[in-house]
Amino acid sequence: MSLLLDENSKVVIQGFGAAGQREAIICRDYGTNVVAGVTPGKGGQEIEGFPIRNTVQEAVDEFDANVSLIFVPAPFAADAILEANSADVPVIICITENIPVQDMMRVKRVLSNSDSTLIGPNCPGIINIGARARAGIMPIDVYMDGNVGVISRSGTLVYEAVDQLTKAGIGQSGSIGVGGDPIIGTSQAEALALLENDPNTAAIVLIGEIGGTAEQEAAEYIKIMNKPVVAFIAGATAPPGRRMGHAGAIIAGAAGTAEAKQQALRDAGATVVENPGEIGSQMLAVLKEQGLA
Amino acid sequence: MKLHEYQAKQLLASYGVPVPEGKVATTPEEAQIIAEEIGGRVVIKAQAHTGARGKGGGVKVAETPAEAFKIAGEIIGMQLVTKQTGPAGLPVSFVLVEEAISIERELYLSVAIDGSMAMPVIIASQEGGMDIEEVAEQRPEAILKQYIDPACGFQGYQARALAFGLGLSGELNRPATALIEAVTKSFLETDGSIAEINPVVVTTDGRILAADAKFSIDDSALFRQKNLADLRDRSQEADKELEAQDAGIGNYIKLDGNIGCLVNGAGLAMATLDAIKMAGGDAANFLDIGTANSPEAVVAALKIIGTDPDVKAVLVNIFGGLARTDIIAQGIIDAKNQGLIPQPTIVRLAGSNVNEGNALLDNSGLDLVRAADFAEAAKSAVSAIS
Repeated sequence: MSLLLDENSKVVIQGFGAAGQREAIICRDYGTNVVAGVTPGKGGQEIEGFPIRNTVQEAVDEFDANVSLIFVPAPFAADAILEANSADVPVIICITENIPVQDMMRVKRVLSNSDSTLIGPNCPGIINIGARARAGIMPIDVYMDGNVGVISRSGTLVYEAVDQLTKAGIGQSGSIGVGGDPIIGTSQAEALALLENDPNTAAIVLIGEIGGTAEQEAAEYIKIMNKPVVAFIAGATAPPGRRMGHAGAIIAGAAGTAEAKQQALRDAGATVVENPGEIGSQMLAVLKEQGLA
Repeated sequence: MKLHEYQAKQLLASYGVPVPEGKVATTPEEAQIIAEEIGGRVVIKAQAHTGARGKGGGVKVAETPAEAFKIAGEIIGMQLVTKQTGPAGLPVSFVLVEEAISIERELYLSVAIDGSMAMPVIIASQEGGMDIEEVAEQRPEAILKQYIDPACGFQGYQARALAFGLGLSGELNRPATALIEAVTKSFLETDGSIAEINPVVVTTDGRILAADAKFSIDDSALFRQKNLADLRDRSQEADKELEAQDAGIGNYIKLDGNIGCLVNGAGLAMATLDAIKMAGGDAANFLDIGTANSPEAVVAALKIIGTDPDVKAVLVNIFGGLARTDIIAQGIIDAKNQGLIPQPTIVRLAGSNVNEGNALLDNSGLDLVRAADFAEAAKSAVSAIS
């Protein structure tokens, strides 16, 4: 299960409110096996044809749920992630944005001793096109079956990159939105490793952003990869943030700039796209060069 | 959410951090009375959400209460311009009047979250009062760090290691460790995103004090930090940013160029700025409407963009996911018909319900420039101005 999601995935949705229900239906219509929703206090009900349970553990025991998709509101989202982890759900995908940073820091610490993999939070989720498995909120129409994988911190830029690929005649194996928050479950480097090992993926689009050092860590991994990577860093022209103290800058230092990230990616052998409108055309050029298109 | 220096010091003091004696004044008369209470020399400090206040004329020493009256009169009501504020500056409605301390040593202390480590980190240096970024770059060995393991929390040895590392031994060691512990505790318990004390001062009379303080609270945690949320000073935030927040239509950022941008998602917002720059233009602002899903929200957003006098063209770049492009299109049509965006308007829609969205625009009879993709949209926006 290199994309963490495939035809054997059984998805439980935590937080079965309006957004959870709407996306559950889209996932099911697409072909994804959505086995249950979890809303404490509504266990035993059925909503839109989905059985509802009070706890994640019940959904695991009864339906063998092995992927959790979380729409729980931010104040309770860390709790929801930890609940899925305690039920040994192997793949936990958290869509929720605006989770307090200190909550995520504790979640991350707990997950460091766990076999579960967290994707997100503040992400669009994962889609595996070949398996018609969707655990997320991405628009399906823009995707086309193929062998390029997309990894991105930003949600809308996943769609943008996929759309450009499709228009350039390049299909996708799937996409992984790793999330835009400072603390996330799966890094860009770890997501690259998933796609490097995915037999259905031949090349990868990586979309990073200014701030932090995650792209440099990704670049370190790219050095040992066999598959070609086309990368874009959003925010090259963004004005310096109106930050208050300097502590954040000391942690990342000059490494947080687009130039530093682009340079690290180039040095690692990735093709760096500077114009966001050229992600598709640059990937086409790379595929042709490698004899993959 | 940023706190003013005086708010940060009150918060720190409530955790037992020693701070200079001082009070806030909103009038010159109050400043004079506080100066009399303190006695001797005082420092008058403008309260505004920016660093480098001294260079902007916002921090001055008064030798007498009468001088405190005069200086406070000059500072209260000023627009404080620093390299961080931009040319418009920030309004100053009150000053902090503090005892002037006699400095023997200046140190640096901060607590922040290191995202890549997913832990809080305490940063300290003997080189306080300086540009700490420069110190970190040129002499990394002068920077001390202690990471706080979220599983077991902050430990006493960490404060001791930092205090001794800062050269604070002997009689200063105990108050120094206490100060470091108290600052760290205040950061952790209030969902801090940054607590920065620059400088921590050792006075000639052997005290150790937080002489300045910058404190910022994680916006995402304000729901459980209600007392601190009440400290927000809206006068320090731009009107249009407040307008966007109050209307619940997302995040507005003012920039220096002349193309107004309506986008969804922070990444797409940044990439749109990049594309405009690549096409030879500059954005005047952007409003990230996130997943706003009603024509009314789009109209309100376009009104905020359209009424910015710097905006000479409007670029709508939306990739619908949760946000539906037909709803966005209806909002654009309504805003145009209401005369809210008289500027040339370039629209690029993609994603959810894009056929419906484009059909609405086609049938509207409005004069809109349509773009099929990102680069074309940016080019059209730039050429609409030139």
